[in-house]
Amino acid sequence: MSAVSGLLAPRTAAIAMAVLLLLVLPLWVGNAYYVNIASQILFFAVFALALNVLVGYGGLTSLGHAGLFAMAGYTAALLLARGHGHLVADTAALLVTVATAAVYAVLSLRATGIGFLMITLAIGQILWGIAYRWASLTNGDNGVNVSSRPMPFGLDLSGADGFYYLCLVVFLACVGSMAVVVRSPFGASLRGTRDQERRMAALGYDVWLIRFWAFLLSGFWSGVAGLLFLYYNQFISPQVVALTTSAEALLMVIAGGTATLLGPIVGAALVVIMKNVVSAYIVRWNMVLGIIFILIVSFMPEGLVPGSARLWAWARHRLRHGKPKPAAPGPVAAPPASGGKEGVR
Amino acid sequence: MIALEVRALKKSFGGLYVTRRVDLAVEEGERRLIIGPNGAGKTTLFNLVTGEITPDSGSIALFGRDITRKPVRTRAHLGMARTYQIITLFGRDTLRHNVMLALLGLSPRRWNPLIDFAGQRDLAEQAEAALARVGLAHLAGRPLAETSYGERRRVEIAMALAQKPRVLLLDEPFAGLSIDERQDVHRLLMAVPRDVTMVMIEHNMDVALEFAERITLLHFGEVIVEGTRAEVVAHPRTREVYLGH
Repeated sequence: MSAVSGLLAPRTAAIAMAVLLLLVLPLWVGNAYYVNIASQILFFAVFALALNVLVGYGGLTSLGHAGLFAMAGYTAALLLARGHGHLVADTAALLVTVATAAVYAVLSLRATGIGFLMITLAIGQILWGIAYRWASLTNGDNGVNVSSRPMPFGLDLSGADGFYYLCLVVFLACVGSMAVVVRSPFGASLRGTRDQERRMAALGYDVWLIRFWAFLLSGFWSGVAGLLFLYYNQFISPQVVALTTSAEALLMVIAGGTATLLGPIVGAALVVIMKNVVSAYIVRWNMVLGIIFILIVSFMPEGLVPGSARLWAWARHRLRHGKPKPAAPGPVAAPPASGGKEGVR
Repeated sequence: MIALEVRALKKSFGGLYVTRRVDLAVEEGERRLIIGPNGAGKTTLFNLVTGEITPDSGSIALFGRDITRKPVRTRAHLGMARTYQIITLFGRDTLRHNVMLALLGLSPRRWNPLIDFAGQRDLAEQAEAALARVGLAHLAGRPLAETSYGERRRVEIAMALAQKPRVLLLDEPFAGLSIDERQDVHRLLMAVPRDVTMVMIEHNMDVALEFAERITLLHFGEVIVEGTRAEVVAHPRTREVYLGH
């Protein structure tokens, strides 16, 4: 009985419906262009979810994640160009990306807040400089081409539909693993370090090491997204390592809603659609994106997903009781500071 | 046995000495009160003892083991717990979650990325027992942000006690509480068993003096009077710098 009611729970039903829609998307879209857009949304969502581990759950805002995203792409592309197989190239790419994430972590976790952001930005810019100027290794501004996509178990991924399903499988694996980690004791510890670093140390937690592992997890999934990006474009250039890629990923996370699983996915969809679809109709599409971002920050500073949930709760309360809840429709109020000095967050 | 021993502890910030030379020896099971005017260095002493600040010189020992250079987390694992003058809790989470985090900190399970934290029944039961101990079991599922200041003070104590400390440092646990709440917290602290050594900083003399067996008076980062409750209260220096005439 409980299993049946669990299956019928609105949340479970919504997730099942969403997965079903994603599975049949190529059938009802029918157009390779839009299927490719969907693929982009999926792998950028993986990238945004990876960044969200640090930004949302760890309270560490990175502006250098394009370096990790591109590290996987460049490593795989260069190994493929030297005649290695996809399995070797992709495995090595992920290992190198995780190792790079470890270097990022060791250097940047010396600070928090703006210091952390500036160190990650600096490392990202160093990697961009290497990609751009070390032409004998990276082919500089000309980038690196990849001649073919892999064929795991003989499956053809050269078409839009085949590649979309690869992206979907990876995306679902990413969301599933994130959901498990976020709900785990490690996830609770990571959120604790975000909210009360000092208290967490006094409770016996190794704050630095928790953040270090979170960085590796974030680096791994950034690498996976970077590989999908490489295979999607079959090309990588220094533009991918540029600050704009890091900023766009951060925009996806903040616009959708940090510390949620759905937020970065919605944010990725928003940015990819603006870049690819709206740009076909509006020349100054990035200005429109900027305006949308300003509106989100002004009216839903917690992001589209938590903001929509708040408005939905407010509207439902109003419909039921005929008057608004006291806390709506503004952003979520800070916990009340009743009675004296305190540091509750 | 001496539970907590501080020897010749010094700490300065720039040219300002906040801890000049502090010697302190707290016996196992003792209830020690640290008093002193504002700026005497009481909270700095706690921060030095818990490892949040590194001393310039001197040593700190916990049950005979030198912990001077041990990080904060290691001291927690060795049996030291504390509460904060400024409440530092997890406002987005429930009371149960707050106390579960305190329990998880000392468990190897804190590194596990695969199990469901909320589903850890043993931790949840222990957390509810700790909350029951401070009279908050009925609020276990309530978000901390929806509780009163006095309730948060009790959650702080519940978290510290949940860690099963051998030495408990309480930084102004009565601050900001109403008379009734002070009495509740006082009763709660008096009920803590003797296997927990307690050191308390407090300005509220009504309740603090009842708690203390020995008192240490700090002034400008130095211990100027130490002794039993009666000795310290009667001491002219205490009246001069702290209690007033």
